[in-house]
Amino acid sequence: MAEPVKLFGVWASPFSWRVETALKLKGVKYEFIEEDLTNKSDLLVKYNPVHKKIPVLLHKGKPICESLVILEYIDETWKGISILPEDPYERAIARFWAKFIDEKCNHALWTACWSKDNEQEKAIEEACEFLKTLETQLKGNKFFGGETIGFVDIVANFIGFWLGIIQEAVGLELLTVEKFPNLCKWIDNYVNCPVIKANLPPRDELLAYFKARQQPPTGPKY
Amino acid sequence: MAASDVKLLGTSPSPYVNRVQIALNLKSIEFEFLEETFGAKSELLLKSNPIHKKIPVMIHNDKPICESLIIVQYIDEVWTSGPTILPSDPYDRAMARFWAAFVEDKWYPTLKELRMAEGEEAKTAALEKLMEMMTLWEDAFAKCGKGKGFFGGECIGYLDIAFGSFLGWLKVTEEMLEIKLIDEAKTPGLAGWAERFCSHEAVKGVIPETEKLIELLKKFQAMAKAQSQN
Repeated sequence: MAEPVKLFGVWASPFSWRVETALKLKGVKYEFIEEDLTNKSDLLVKYNPVHKKIPVLLHKGKPICESLVILEYIDETWKGISILPEDPYERAIARFWAKFIDEKCNHALWTACWSKDNEQEKAIEEACEFLKTLETQLKGNKFFGGETIGFVDIVANFIGFWLGIIQEAVGLELLTVEKFPNLCKWIDNYVNCPVIKANLPPRDELLAYFKARQQPPTGPKY
Repeated sequence: MAASDVKLLGTSPSPYVNRVQIALNLKSIEFEFLEETFGAKSELLLKSNPIHKKIPVMIHNDKPICESLIIVQYIDEVWTSGPTILPSDPYDRAMARFWAAFVEDKWYPTLKELRMAEGEEAKTAALEKLMEMMTLWEDAFAKCGKGKGFFGGECIGYLDIAFGSFLGWLKVTEEMLEIKLIDEAKTPGLAGWAERFCSHEAVKGVIPETEKLIELLKKFQAMAKAQSQN
């Protein structure tokens, strides 16, 4: 009998969503445990004492933390669809872009959405530069992974789905089809990809979630 | 494999570059070290890493790979005949990656915060945060090392390289601020590990001496001050 797999996450979080997507791609059954980040459970604190954050994957009783670390663990543990490419050079490229998106892009986009006045102007400029880089990197491919979604596409989920919703919630036009046609086409391919489509949080609920906040949730990694 | 097949663009005091040097040494890979000059990025660097324009960049068979830990993983995956760098078990690999990310995301920024803190209050606050992290590292060493000499167990591994490459700058901070971050009494595991790591064949001669790093740091601080005054 397969060892139980549990995932501690938040329905609205793009970070725990990444892990869910990877598990679904591999056909792994798991139990999702919804955390209240304003009142973190004892289990979450026990399994992630260093950061006390979601997502945390629990497999064979052992916790794994940090979404990118979890994605690689899932790819190495379960057979089936490969998340990372086989070739070492292609893997290095995928890891490079995942890091770029996770550390630079997402932070700049988040700041651009939630800051005000001068700070926002500067953040928008920075975010657009990063988006331009990704626009070029796509090179008209269907996905960052080529013909099928892969590691980079999963990590780029904030751009793929959350960004459009937050833009609408705060009244910001950052990622437009005029400025970023490749990225917009990628978003279209992304949200219509069967495993992604079946797994996305409900758009209207997510929109209401972000509209309800005057302040953003405690930063990009919540 | 001929030395010209592998080139490493970097500077010797960079702990990020040191990571790659150690990994290459561990696998006994010959490489050409192309030292970048401070304050002037070479054409090759700008061409090889147009996104970040940063070192290290490893060029293998004319293909550039950037970001130190990504390079180390690449080295491990391409040169499979030498000692393995990442553990073989997926859970142990996840632990190594988790703690390697901790170096970048939390530990090294706090070390820099302490070194640049102005005033007693700021210094004390940063030091307290850093000392808490050193306790976390002591625990991590016990868990990951499983009672052996390195984070990787019996042999040097990914996490040893990811964290150990920063020992030079750790010692700089200890000396300049007259504090002990790794202490035989409080963090005996780390103390033994640090000595073993620095005297390992693959590491010897890679991390510059503390005095040299302090000299360089003072040079940078003077340069930065002069620039801000112009």
